[in-house]
Amino acid sequence: MLKIADKTFSSRLFTGTGKFSSSALMEEALVASGSELVTVALKRVDVRNNEQDDLLIRLKYPHINLLPNTSGVRNAKEAIFAAQLAREALETNWIKLEIHPDPKYLMPDPIETLKATEELAKLGFVVLPYIHADPVLCKRLEDAGTAAVMPLGSPIGSNKGLKTIDFLEIIIAQSNVPVIIDAGIGSPSDAARALEIGADAVLVNTAIAVSGNPIRMATAFKIAVEAGRIAFEAKLASPVSHAVASSPLTSFLDA
Amino acid sequence: MHSFNDIFETYNWDEVKASIYAKTGADVEKALSATKRTLEDFKALVSPAAAPYLEQMAQLSQQLTLKRFGKVIQMYVPLYLSNECSNICTYCGFSYDNKVRRKTLSPMEIMQEVAVIKAMGYEHVLLVTGEDNVTVHVEYFKKVLELIRPHFAHISMEVQPMDLEDYAQLTPYGLNTVLVYQETYHREDYKKHHPKGKKSNFKYRLETPDRLGQAGIHKMGLGVLIGLEDWRTDCFFTALHLHYLEKKYWQSKYSLSFPRLRPFSGGLEPKVEMNDRELVQLICAYRLFNEEVELSISTRESPHFRNNIIKLGITSISAGSKTNPGGYAVEPESLEQFEISDERSPADIAKVISQQGYEPVWKDWDNCLT
Repeated sequence: MLKIADKTFSSRLFTGTGKFSSSALMEEALVASGSELVTVALKRVDVRNNEQDDLLIRLKYPHINLLPNTSGVRNAKEAIFAAQLAREALETNWIKLEIHPDPKYLMPDPIETLKATEELAKLGFVVLPYIHADPVLCKRLEDAGTAAVMPLGSPIGSNKGLKTIDFLEIIIAQSNVPVIIDAGIGSPSDAARALEIGADAVLVNTAIAVSGNPIRMATAFKIAVEAGRIAFEAKLASPVSHAVASSPLTSFLDA
Repeated sequence: MHSFNDIFETYNWDEVKASIYAKTGADVEKALSATKRTLEDFKALVSPAAAPYLEQMAQLSQQLTLKRFGKVIQMYVPLYLSNECSNICTYCGFSYDNKVRRKTLSPMEIMQEVAVIKAMGYEHVLLVTGEDNVTVHVEYFKKVLELIRPHFAHISMEVQPMDLEDYAQLTPYGLNTVLVYQETYHREDYKKHHPKGKKSNFKYRLETPDRLGQAGIHKMGLGVLIGLEDWRTDCFFTALHLHYLEKKYWQSKYSLSFPRLRPFSGGLEPKVEMNDRELVQLICAYRLFNEEVELSISTRESPHFRNNIIKLGITSISAGSKTNPGGYAVEPESLEQFEISDERSPADIAKVISQQGYEPVWKDWDNCLT
């Protein structure tokens, strides 16, 4: 079981709600994924009338926790306001902090993210920040009171997989909070790999929503994440560059 | 101040045009196989040499659009506030010399229009006026924004170019996006089409996106009016402009439109005709050149064309549009800016979008986030 703040999750696959061809398909795919934490862009939700919001209605399952995100904000001030709005409208103090002043590549702003995390943690939020795969920033965020870190595997929406793997391994090695690989995961094998190296969870959206069959792909991701976690727990055999015989030539010496 | 004009002045229209028309099949193939496409690649993609590669371009455009935007299409609608205008534009129904009755909506009339637009389901509205600094000025816009802001999640504007200070004043009132089309980047022809009024100042218009960037406007829309000049050359300059702006004002988002000249009261025949195949080529060329830019299609185009363009690379579409002030509720017969080609309702268009496996999205921004 994965524990983040006060919640436990049996699925280590977190999902997003964007880019699906219909709300109905999104709902079916997310159910197939088994995901228990689903992020939803505040900018897509009718916060003034959220009881009627089509997106939110589709996510009303007892096992699904909503994770509102601040996608679209450009600095800490806007992010804090958006988080407060989300808390009010969606009755959750969980927030996926996304601050990207750059609308082209959606690169997260590390300075504003750290500032907002400090403030939001003080205000009682469970903060999950989307960040670059920066090991030092992750430690600084821990000090600021983050509930988890969400480093990117490669540029968001790129489906390029774990291009930042060297840094992700450092982050995982030294983190005291859960590490969720957030962006760039393009295939179930990428997700499995992330779990194999010790990531606590992955967040996948584009790779499912834009696939030929989102429901089948969500199922594939579900299985891949489970396989990756089992492999991690079973402790992968280390790769070696020289031959190691399964029956060593010198074993007779121990007899 | 360093502006796009400094870059623009290093280009010569005739040389650019000649270099586009000199592109070969080999140049197009190189552009198609590139991972990051340059302005020279864009020239190849809009050149006549690219015509035989249209299907390949469309396939690629669809893939890139799906990756970045997914299977969703944004819905927006124009709200014409005024047809008063002090400019003479040879192609526009609102032109000063077009002797027809003028109208600017009052606050009460605006709210009547808003009620109809909201009933259609819209959360994104595009405010449009003619260019009359006496009646539709920054103070008028402030009042309008104040009035309608509670009713919309995203407000865009397509009005006269303004000074930096004006844009900075309007942002706190809820202005998210400003569209400003250059009409044509052909300096001499621009003068011919805009002989009178503030709009005749080519450089002031050309530098408007720079002022928008400096004012921190969240999104800006660019484009030319297709039909005034050679569209391939005009659209190259649009791509050049976009390329410059994205690097300089990296915190803004960008959208492109490709309006083809439409009939209006008093009409001008297009100098250059662009057929449907060529418009598809242009849309795909823009997408291949820039994977992130939003591409918008209006009701100027025919139902058949709009039905089929959804999957090719566009990201936003208008529907149920009226191009006259009061057109939705107050005064349906007032002067239109141009005749629309697709008169289907927003619900009908949403159905067409859904039938093609896409989701029509009515809300994708919230003023409270900025």
